[in-house]
Amino acid sequence: MTRTIIPFGPQHPVFPEPIHLDLVLEDEKVIEAIPSLGFIHRGLELLCRKKIFQELVYVAERICGICSFIHGLGYCQGVEKIMDLPVPPRALYLRVFWSELSRIHSHLLWLGLAADAAGFENLFCSCWRVREYILDIIEQTTGGRIIFGVCKVGGVRKDVGDSDLRAILARLKEVEADYRRGVAEVFLREYTIRHRFSDVGCLSAEDARRLGAVGPTGRGSGLPQDMRKLGYAAYGELELEPVIETAGDCFARAVVRVREVLGSFDLIRQVVEKIPPGEVDVKVKGFPEGEFFSRLEQPRGEVVYYVRGNGTKFLDRFRIRTPTFANLPAMLQMLKGCDLADVPVIVLTIDPCISCAER
Amino acid sequence: MLDEGWRLVQIGCTKLDRFQVDYTFDRAYRFLNLRVMVPEEDAALPSVTGSYLCAFTYENEIRDLFGVEFTGMGIDYGGKFYRVGVKAPFSREAVAEESTP
Repeated sequence: MTRTIIPFGPQHPVFPEPIHLDLVLEDEKVIEAIPSLGFIHRGLELLCRKKIFQELVYVAERICGICSFIHGLGYCQGVEKIMDLPVPPRALYLRVFWSELSRIHSHLLWLGLAADAAGFENLFCSCWRVREYILDIIEQTTGGRIIFGVCKVGGVRKDVGDSDLRAILARLKEVEADYRRGVAEVFLREYTIRHRFSDVGCLSAEDARRLGAVGPTGRGSGLPQDMRKLGYAAYGELELEPVIETAGDCFARAVVRVREVLGSFDLIRQVVEKIPPGEVDVKVKGFPEGEFFSRLEQPRGEVVYYVRGNGTKFLDRFRIRTPTFANLPAMLQMLKGCDLADVPVIVLTIDPCISCAER
Repeated sequence: MLDEGWRLVQIGCTKLDRFQVDYTFDRAYRFLNLRVMVPEEDAALPSVTGSYLCAFTYENEIRDLFGVEFTGMGIDYGGKFYRVGVKAPFSREAVAEESTP
């Protein structure tokens, strides 16, 4: 049978960032997909040789706008472990607070894009409307909507008063109700979403493990892994269970994200109830000498930071393995055998963040 | 290791006086690192894509950025995985002067 190669990307309406796929087709069926990266490779990791280690957090935060805070957190955590810095407990709780706000806003962004890809424009507007409430809270507490700029080596730059935290929690209860009514119920119950996403882009649990899938992409196929269970920051003192679905299709991955938003609201509630009083940073003396692997849970999945210091103000190495980079092989597996019309939806369900993948 | 349930987390490279290549695996949140030191001259390693096909992204990336060759890669981009203007930019001390216009 004659095969056709269709170029997909780097510019496509469904892609927020450039990635190119060469789709090998027989009629309308995709036989294989060959990805092509490198459109926005910035070589940010190399800046560890030019920026002093305390300034490198600004570079880490700017790897990606959506995943900004947790990038900064992962870097700071790595340096703190090398230098054996006792980060104050209040700072650890605030880091969880901002991490979960970051997760909510990222998932809402993706849910809106997913609705847009399915042609459900009203739901897209609803998702991003709720996201605006979250961005308002982030701006109120950090001064920025997307790039928070609050994580630093040794703690956080800003404190949020207990009365402010309680007021934010009261506001989040209203936002959660709005989210359940206007977004979650629609994604979980609406026939059009279910019909568009079900049985599309199936990935078995065995393939997910073999291909190294992480985050909602892996959990949607039944892999029970959530790096928050490692207990970094203050997660060790909070109750949380990974959200797992077993169908392995696009709908399962969407449901994982819908339910994780609800889990994040609960985690923020626990943070406000349990946050201890005290300082939010410690003074940093000396330079890092040693190495550390730091693993965190980004909205898109497991992210790994390797930091290596040599006792000077510059680092030897700052390496990041982002979740989108890990999910690329799984995405290629999902594309095999699908219809051409389903390619945008399948690519979108790994929540691709190409800025993170290429760095 | 795949048969024992280990998931490949990442393959990373660090340029010291030699190349330090770290193979990282995970099983039930247990973190395992296997480290290989590769001399700078004719740096090459065998590919692990025979067991972990997903390693092709990491191996192509390390070849493009550090110049470490991986023999027998399952999916080989021939040095064009990233569109870098300078060969092996992460293995050099100064890159700016050598950048192609």
